[in-house]
Amino acid sequence: MNTKQLKQKIAFSIFGTMSFIVVAILFIILGFIVIRGFGAISWEFLTEMPKDGMTKGGIFPAIVGTGCLVLGSMIFAFPIGVLSGIYINEYLVESWLKKFLRMMTNNLAGVPSIVFGLFGMALFVNYLSFGDSIIAGSMTLGLLALPVVIRLTEEALKTVDDNLRLGSYALGATKIQTIQKVVLPVAFPNIMTGLILSIGRVSGETAPILFTVAAYFLPRLPHSLSDQVMALPYHLYVLATSGTNMEESRPMAYGTALVLVSIVLIINVSASLLRRRIQKKNKMN
Amino acid sequence: MGKGRRIYEKIVTGILFSSSTITSLTVILIVVFLFKEGIGLFNSTPTEKNYVIAVSKVNTVPIITSNQLADIFNQDITNWKQLGGLNDSIVRLTVNDLANIFTEEELGPNLEFLPAKVNEYIKATPGVILYLSKNQLPSNFEGRVIPVKKITVKDFVGGKHWYPTTEPIPQFGIWPMIVGTLMVTFGAILFALPFGMATAIFMSEVADIRLRNILKPVVELLAGIPSVVYGFFGLVVLVPLIQQLFKLDVGETVLAGSIVLGIMALPTIVTVAEDSLRTTPRALKEASLALGASQWQTLVRVVIPYSKSGISTAVILGIGRAIGETMAVLMVTGNSSNIPTSFLQPTRTIPATIAAELGETPYGGLHFSALFALAIILFLFTIIINLTVEIIKNKNRRA
Amino acid sequence: MTQAEAKNVNVWYDDFQALKDISMTFEPNTVTALIGPSGCGKSTFLRLFNRMNDLIPLFRMEGLVTVNGQNVYSKGVRLDEMRKKVGMVFQKPNPFPKSIFENVAYGLRVNGINNKKEIQETVERSLKQAALWDEVKDSLKKSAMDLSGGQQQRLCIARALAVQPKLILMDEPASALDPISTNRIEELIFELKKDYTIIIVTHNLQQAGRISDSTAFFYLGELIEYNLTKKIFLNPDNERTQNYITGRFG
Repeated sequence: MNTKQLKQKIAFSIFGTMSFIVVAILFIILGFIVIRGFGAISWEFLTEMPKDGMTKGGIFPAIVGTGCLVLGSMIFAFPIGVLSGIYINEYLVESWLKKFLRMMTNNLAGVPSIVFGLFGMALFVNYLSFGDSIIAGSMTLGLLALPVVIRLTEEALKTVDDNLRLGSYALGATKIQTIQKVVLPVAFPNIMTGLILSIGRVSGETAPILFTVAAYFLPRLPHSLSDQVMALPYHLYVLATSGTNMEESRPMAYGTALVLVSIVLIINVSASLLRRRIQKKNKMN
Repeated sequence: MGKGRRIYEKIVTGILFSSSTITSLTVILIVVFLFKEGIGLFNSTPTEKNYVIAVSKVNTVPIITSNQLADIFNQDITNWKQLGGLNDSIVRLTVNDLANIFTEEELGPNLEFLPAKVNEYIKATPGVILYLSKNQLPSNFEGRVIPVKKITVKDFVGGKHWYPTTEPIPQFGIWPMIVGTLMVTFGAILFALPFGMATAIFMSEVADIRLRNILKPVVELLAGIPSVVYGFFGLVVLVPLIQQLFKLDVGETVLAGSIVLGIMALPTIVTVAEDSLRTTPRALKEASLALGASQWQTLVRVVIPYSKSGISTAVILGIGRAIGETMAVLMVTGNSSNIPTSFLQPTRTIPATIAAELGETPYGGLHFSALFALAIILFLFTIIINLTVEIIKNKNRRA
Repeated sequence: MTQAEAKNVNVWYDDFQALKDISMTFEPNTVTALIGPSGCGKSTFLRLFNRMNDLIPLFRMEGLVTVNGQNVYSKGVRLDEMRKKVGMVFQKPNPFPKSIFENVAYGLRVNGINNKKEIQETVERSLKQAALWDEVKDSLKKSAMDLSGGQQQRLCIARALAVQPKLILMDEPASALDPISTNRIEELIFELKKDYTIIIVTHNLQQAGRISDSTAFFYLGELIEYNLTKKIFLNPDNERTQNYITGRFG
């Protein structure tokens, strides 16, 4: 073996080892949370209110709260995001307007989540006087999800073959008819994948809900849209850093982490399974 | 085509257009609201409303800064000479101190003689500096109210002390947090760059399809784990580990933040770098291999130079991810507002400061404004990062 | 001595058979044209001689391929050494985004030659052989991307010549070029024949007729006819060859 090959062998082995370490990191983190958290999981844990200074009981209100916030944010972000994606991809030719919109979307996607939190507090909580409420939190999370939904919609629309569009126009269909009857049905499964991915992103966010909705301790279900709620990520933060009795609430924290991670990962995995199935189906056609 | 149909199409187009404007509007609204709340910090005096600083009439110091005031109250400055005034040692007083100097009878049962006593005391003590509320000021005041210099952007960005709630003079210097943020980010990239690049290269150039089908989901899962879970993992595993390993008093350090952020920035770097490595035209790779170059030589001499701009984009986006991350850093870096001098000291980053303090800050005060001003700085970082990515992209397109 | 040979070669991509029992020999200092409709396997066949097909997933081959009497697919063979002896020119000009000089020097550098003088001499000689020297001698430091398409392709030929191969594979080298550039490449191929053995895949029948000594007609993975070019074009043995040459299918 000459030095040229030896060099290659050494370099690729190093890269392989480092990639293996990256895989190991994931399994260490997940394994740790699963092993420590599994003991805390029970029917009561999932369905009861927290009690005794959050050292006992369950996390039911936090699960419900996260559900409310995800639903609320999607009601807001999904229509606007998909419609903007359609507009940007189908209507705008390469122009300054398209560049501007794309730049703004990119900028919005890069804004740190805590800044969304501050903005949500300033606009929804204070300026529009929604107060700390589900509606303020949902809209803040919705804004955060907006660029994600737009980008994924655009990508989904880009995979639609241009010939389909041309074929539709050739038959005398208008632009909107083409979009409704040809483009959207083809792109639909991919857009759904995008929706699922943004749900995954939203359900794990903490910083945007800190000052817009999240309650430290509220052992009841929300009554209305202007109610505060507990939420899984914030609950984990509270249990980990500022519970009343940190030692005793550790098992609760592990359990919460496991529930949160499971929810987010199940969402992400189902999105990628869906995507893989679409790709397979497209290949067969 | 019927008239109804045409109107319908116009309406739908209108809806589509307005949806897409909402995104742009949001960015503008974010800027407006951050500035609206944050700008109040500048051009206001750092003393609380309705309070003044009084000195003797013979005192020649024209204006005083909040840092100087803090130094005076910490006894780091003890003579007016140090501030360019006369050679008088400084006598620091608050109104409460006056209550100890004078008897209750002298001040009157409802403090009605207090203003007179203030006058008396100030006249007798040339080196005095007195912090008092405006309505305690005598009507025929015989001292001088010294103006406090307004907070400037320079004080804010360059100030080395962050004591936002100290009485009587809070200090809003964010330099420690800028240093902390940059150090944590730098450490994170130092960790994430080699591992991220190695994984990206391994995935795109070395691994076969089977191996790649394992690595890709792993990277996606890493990206999907919520930041608070990373923080929690860091807090219960990494922090104690670092504490034992380096025999520290506390394990919450810059290092812990760097490692956690590094792991979080990994997926960004891997995904973007791999995508760009894959854009290298196959024709170029084949040309190199056909000339007898090994795969490694082709990688180093052709693939990497070709995807340079994509790789730098990956690094910059990784930095962006690390700078803005909040919860994980908040949980593992220890929240110290001192300027860290090594990776084994605690620190606090800009986003962590906002998250930690905003909940306990009264709405509308200086502290509240200061936190929004911090968010402006963070927002500027983001804009700079996006612009840089945009510039790299354009430059690449032209070449 | 035979420069290159294929014996009973079969190739599969997954379960699709791309080449069926091909046997051919190539004599030194000749130009052989591979013709046939797209997808007939001629490019796959060409790429056997420097094992470029190895990069394609699910590629599988049987049979014997030799260059200079050496089995290209034997286990001990070192890919980089072997590929150095076989030059290749691709369909589209694919210069590296480096300077003109560095493009030609690339093959020397990756093969461990660092002597400055030697590199300089080889670069000049190769560019002269590729008939590009006069056009670029004053701008060797310029980026190769600034050259015209035809110049880029001649640069790619110079790049292949620099490592002094015996056999040169050309995969439709003129298909992306204008007629004048194509003409220059053809003249160049004629010149190169003196020192090298050339196998060229082409879609252009006139081109095959103009430049090649022998011609092989591929159809659906089979070698239909292999003979002197004159014979193939004027009086082919096989009816399918006749039909292809006269343009009755394509």
